[in-house]
Amino acid sequence: MAATGYPIRRATTGEMGGLVLAAGCVLPLIIIAALTPDPAYAFHVSLAAVASLVAVFLIGNRCFSPAPSPAPQEIDGKPNYNMDPVKFATVAAMVWGIAGFTVGLIIALQLAFPDLNFDLPWTNFGRMRPLHTSAVIFAFGGNVLIGTSFYVVQRTSRARLAGDIAPWFVILGYNFFIVLAGTGYLLGITQGKEYAEPEWYADLWLTIVWVVYLLVFLATLAKRKEPHIYVANWFYLGFILTIAVLHIGNNLALPVSILSPKSYVIWSGVQDAMFQWWYGHNAVGFFLTAGFLAIMYYFVPKRAGRPVYSYRLSIIHFWALIFLYIWAGPHHLHYTALPDWAQTLGMTFSIMLWMPSWGGMINGLMTLSGAWDKLRTDPVLRMMVVSLAFYGMSTFEGPLMSIKAVNSLSHYTDWTIGHVHSGALGWVAYISFGAIYCLVPWLWNRRELYSLKLVNWHFWISTLGIVFYISAMWVSGIMQGLMWRAYTSLGFLEYSFIETVAAMKPYYVIRALGGGLFLTGALIMAFNLWMTVRHGTVDAPSDDHALQPQLVPAQ
Amino acid sequence: MSSIENPAPRKSLWLKHKIFETNSIILVIGVLLVISVGGLVEIAPLFYLRNTIEKVEGMRPYTPLELAGRAIYVREGCYNCHSQMIRPLRDEIERYGPYSLAAESMYDKPFQWGSKRTGPDLSRVGGKYSDEWQLGHLNQPRALVPQSIMPGYPFLAKTELHFGDIADHLRANRGGGVPYTDAMIAQAASDLEAQATPDHPRAAELEARYPKVQIRDFDGDPKRITEADALIAYLQVLGTLVDFKLYDTKANIR
Amino acid sequence: MDSTYHWLAGFAQSAGLLYFVGTFLAVCLYALWPSNRARFDEAAHTPLRED
Repeated sequence: MAATGYPIRRATTGEMGGLVLAAGCVLPLIIIAALTPDPAYAFHVSLAAVASLVAVFLIGNRCFSPAPSPAPQEIDGKPNYNMDPVKFATVAAMVWGIAGFTVGLIIALQLAFPDLNFDLPWTNFGRMRPLHTSAVIFAFGGNVLIGTSFYVVQRTSRARLAGDIAPWFVILGYNFFIVLAGTGYLLGITQGKEYAEPEWYADLWLTIVWVVYLLVFLATLAKRKEPHIYVANWFYLGFILTIAVLHIGNNLALPVSILSPKSYVIWSGVQDAMFQWWYGHNAVGFFLTAGFLAIMYYFVPKRAGRPVYSYRLSIIHFWALIFLYIWAGPHHLHYTALPDWAQTLGMTFSIMLWMPSWGGMINGLMTLSGAWDKLRTDPVLRMMVVSLAFYGMSTFEGPLMSIKAVNSLSHYTDWTIGHVHSGALGWVAYISFGAIYCLVPWLWNRRELYSLKLVNWHFWISTLGIVFYISAMWVSGIMQGLMWRAYTSLGFLEYSFIETVAAMKPYYVIRALGGGLFLTGALIMAFNLWMTVRHGTVDAPSDDHALQPQLVPAQ
Repeated sequence: MSSIENPAPRKSLWLKHKIFETNSIILVIGVLLVISVGGLVEIAPLFYLRNTIEKVEGMRPYTPLELAGRAIYVREGCYNCHSQMIRPLRDEIERYGPYSLAAESMYDKPFQWGSKRTGPDLSRVGGKYSDEWQLGHLNQPRALVPQSIMPGYPFLAKTELHFGDIADHLRANRGGGVPYTDAMIAQAASDLEAQATPDHPRAAELEARYPKVQIRDFDGDPKRITEADALIAYLQVLGTLVDFKLYDTKANIR
Repeated sequence: MDSTYHWLAGFAQSAGLLYFVGTFLAVCLYALWPSNRARFDEAAHTPLRED
């Protein structure tokens, strides 16, 4: 340190607090790890202890760094944006995305070729499937949402992200949650609630991270220099708040003991089912829809170079969407032991939901009006526009499937899986890819992407993969539903269950092929982004900031 | 785009800033109000409308061994492929049995109704197959059902069941409303052993606490209690507690 | 039991309906109110302004 001439400076209050908290956690965690009889839990608690030590090291290290702390809010009258956490989230999203797509491909192959389960605990479908869903939704999607929200809220507020170490706590803490969740599933730690599998201690940790996320977001809005809160931020805020409410409501559980990873949710049976799908459907509505609509409302206008088609429509879109979505959960429980009145409410609101969904899609698509020619030359914009088309398709299919008569056929079949993937691959992943393709040159100060041709390849290979995937699932789902209810002329069930399983095999192979193509596209993307950062042309370097890498100049 | 690059003068903005700051809080309150309506209307009545869960004869909390088996069912993610919810549709009732009642999952934490039938529904699988079949099928599904795509779970029969903290599991369930008595919690470990051991001296006590309990060595290995013992005990109790001869199972058929 | 149901159903069909329609109209009024137009137009350009 002395050689470079930087003295140790006094820690700020935030750094001091972080140091004390992190250091204070280490000993209790080591004690719990030593006492628990459960080796998987001991592993997790040890991980937490190591993470606390790393936090102590990272915060302590800042005191030796030459950067002024806290960083200045403005440099030369321009906001001094804090883009490093966004960069981290962007890289993490890409890494987790490829991991999640790979696991998806593996479990797709397991369904076609069951020997790939290897009869081991850690590799069986039952443990791998939550790994896939969590990796793509929460690890890939979550990092995209947190990263883009930190980017958008700064740029549309013209203010530096609030907090000194808080944004880093959010990003790193969230990714630590992902590690706990993912390794937990493979080791057999799960709550057994779909899309909410992490156990009580991981849930508690996520709650802390999420509250800090909300505070950072709100505090950044509070110091904005723009008069209006841009509509993308409304959607981000709706997403953050609702996910907090859903997460807490669905995960209220009593742990067996502090030495056990196992807990029992306080709701039971039919009430638990209602809580679960209130959570589950709104994880779709607010995590996978509202959050990504926020991305649409910033990145589509930005990339197209024109304001959103109708700002007024976007306001109506926002309120109608969040109002209606929250009711739709019971359509996951049609014809079950949930009371009929709740099922009917769920169905009614699901059908009404079609309107704001399409309103939002039209608003996004029409933003391109007068600039449709850009679709020919800009594959990134094309990817985002196609994502809106997929959004429109799956938000039409969703209300259709929520009609009880349709649902009696589609429920429990692969049709649902196909529907989910037309939304997840076509809408969520494509709008994310579009946003990341935009973000990487902006964040790393590159004039453009390494290769638009590769974006084109990515687009066509992935689109082909999605088409394979969803058409295979439509056929297999509808076929399976029809086979289950087929009767012979003598009035007996025509097919045994196992015959319907055997009939699925060709479609499972086609689905795996589709997934493989989608993964290939993502690998091309990762290569393209890597080359952009490594070898791209630097865009207009601003001399005075170049020496201080932590001060990211405005784009 | 030149017309829009002249933001309002800084000064007037700062004068109005106070109102705008409160805006984000108004937004927060608005969002919370809007999203809470739907959740409250749909969820709250389920807790006080008495006809949400009909009263049925025969439901009891899981025995400690069944509860341990259920934890393994959850741990291995069986719910990803098997539902436990028979809908009141003609083909489902003929394939699986009487449609599921809300009361049948009233002690399920979490519920395991599932959302996908890659494999068949399991809510009434209890007693349909022998223990030997279940064990053989878990060990090597395709040895018994050649076209099955289920993973094999041969490790269950080889892994001894850890049940040192089983009483804490019952206690946590009681905290969430499952009516385990003090005696059930105090005797949890011995009840668990008694259920997996034929001719256990405390079998009568176990039967008094948990009516209709099935007592036997489930995995064909009387020397030890394995995870397969627990899981098969759980599978064999599914759907067996309510006597459907007492109910008109065609009443709600669609 | 039956009376609770009828009371709830009646409440949903009167107060609930009014609440839905009222909320929707309020949002539409806010979004379409002529004097808000300039503010919204400026807000729409927020992402496009460089700094």
